[in-house]
Amino acid sequence: MKETKIFEKPKSMVDVTTHYCPGCTHGVAHRLVAEIIDELGIQEKTVAVAPVGCAVFLYNYINVDAYEAAHGRAPAVASACKRLLPDHIVFSYQGDGDLASIGMAEIVHAANRGEHITVVFLNNAIYGMTGGQMAPTTLVGQKATTCPLGRDPKLAGYPIRMCEMLSTLQAPAYIARVSVAKPKYTLKAKEALRKAFQTQIDGKGFSFVEILSTCPTNWGLRPVDATNWLEEHMMPEFPLGEFKTPA
Amino acid sequence: MGKRFLMKGNEALAEAAIHAGCKYFFGYPITPQNEIPEYMSKKLPEIGGVYLQAESEVAAINMIFGAAGTGKRVMTSSSSPGVSLMSEGISYIAGAELPCVLMNIMRGGPGLGGILPSQSDYFQATRGGGHGDYRLLVLAPSTVQEAVDLTMLAFDLAEKYRSPVMILADGFMGQMMEAVEFNETHMDGLPDPAEWAVGYMKQRGSRALVKSLYLDPEELEAHNWKLQAKYAEMTKNEKRHESYLADDAEILIAAYGTVARIARTAINELRAEGVKVGLFRPISLFPFPYEPLEALPKSVKQILTVEMSCGQMIEDIRLGVGKDMPVSMYGRVGGMTPSVEEIKDQVRKALGR
Repeated sequence: MKETKIFEKPKSMVDVTTHYCPGCTHGVAHRLVAEIIDELGIQEKTVAVAPVGCAVFLYNYINVDAYEAAHGRAPAVASACKRLLPDHIVFSYQGDGDLASIGMAEIVHAANRGEHITVVFLNNAIYGMTGGQMAPTTLVGQKATTCPLGRDPKLAGYPIRMCEMLSTLQAPAYIARVSVAKPKYTLKAKEALRKAFQTQIDGKGFSFVEILSTCPTNWGLRPVDATNWLEEHMMPEFPLGEFKTPA
Repeated sequence: MGKRFLMKGNEALAEAAIHAGCKYFFGYPITPQNEIPEYMSKKLPEIGGVYLQAESEVAAINMIFGAAGTGKRVMTSSSSPGVSLMSEGISYIAGAELPCVLMNIMRGGPGLGGILPSQSDYFQATRGGGHGDYRLLVLAPSTVQEAVDLTMLAFDLAEKYRSPVMILADGFMGQMMEAVEFNETHMDGLPDPAEWAVGYMKQRGSRALVKSLYLDPEELEAHNWKLQAKYAEMTKNEKRHESYLADDAEILIAAYGTVARIARTAINELRAEGVKVGLFRPISLFPFPYEPLEALPKSVKQILTVEMSCGQMIEDIRLGVGKDMPVSMYGRVGGMTPSVEEIKDQVRKALGR
């Protein structure tokens, strides 16, 4: 009987166990990025910029040249790297605390300059690594360790919608929001990531993919319940779709 | 002698960096160093380089982190409050062992302070500024020509030690005009960036990691000892100072940067009156040249430290001379400058004349 291989680990993915919690979707997002790197044949000329947060060890899982940036500053690191190595493909991978809170200035200005980088933005509406504190993306009423009664918009404002905000800028070329909570979303997420990296390869400018993700541990939900919670609560607040596509 | 140019200090610093092979500048406007980024924004695109105005000093220093990680010659410049904002990033750069040149054209502090010349960032430059056990190699020029020469040296030293190097000057040095020439120097045996920088994965056959994160305490301790060994090497090899009329002096003025040249004039005038006074001028502030202070000429009975601060370098002078040598301090701060007359009066007072 002839055997056909239909599934294998991406070549640019390191063969180790990740440190992510059960049910966390970072692993899926990592894998999608690695698959795209393989499919585009760019492993040896790709540079990753890891954030501070759960994805701090991104470089332990994806085998490309990499920086570990200071908290929130990945877009500044990536901007400079790309300017000096224009033939390389440079991406940052950041969570919502890193990108939408401490790193808000860096992401807005990198986008506004139209830097030829790709930003992968994992939004799970909470600080994961530090143990479940309120994030700028935490939903109204959602409980976190620093808003134990739920986010009160009178005190803490409302969730920041990064895709919508960045889409007001003229320079960005590709902006999309996807999810990896369930397979039907994951397939679309991969296509968005492909477009984002292709945008950079084609020299069309700044690309940004927000991935709605689960954090079962800090949400206090079982993994399957977390995927349902994401669909029911996060998706209405953060609608999926493409906000900008290259001309 | 090479061709001489009449240049403002800030512009000469920028031109010296270009002569040293620096094609990449990231910075944020702040007085009194704006001529550096302005000069770079005009010149670097002409030579195929990159000038990028960051959204803040925080972003600028992290751009330096990204740029230096490619192994190319990169720099930023700022002034006191801006350097405070950069200090976190400088710690990351030191931790990740990235070569780059930083320029601090000091102004008066603390806080927003003022925009006039000062030397009150000595502690910040030589004692860290940012968090963690790291050191910057700090060079303090006292003429525009020396600023040019030290800038060229700074890029070589940054690569040699894979470490950030700071040019510590003040607003006077940045704003004054002097004749300078650009004598390019090249240090041999510098490490090849292809061995460690990003961008060489194909050539090297393995990827590069630029990081300061070591979560395993044993690894982090080992990393710290490795850095310390490097600082010990710097201390052994890179101490620089100048002595002027020190051999028969009864009193030595200790001063660096702009203040040292004011002191030199005071010394010349006092010598004409028969006062035996000399100068000790550290050029490297880290590593600090302690040895000349440990072996002072027998004639020297006391030291007068003069600074545009409330007394910062004096701590290194005391460390050098030990507890038996009297050390006094004269400082002007906030953008005020010690005059030749004031320094002469201080020397006479110290000698009881």
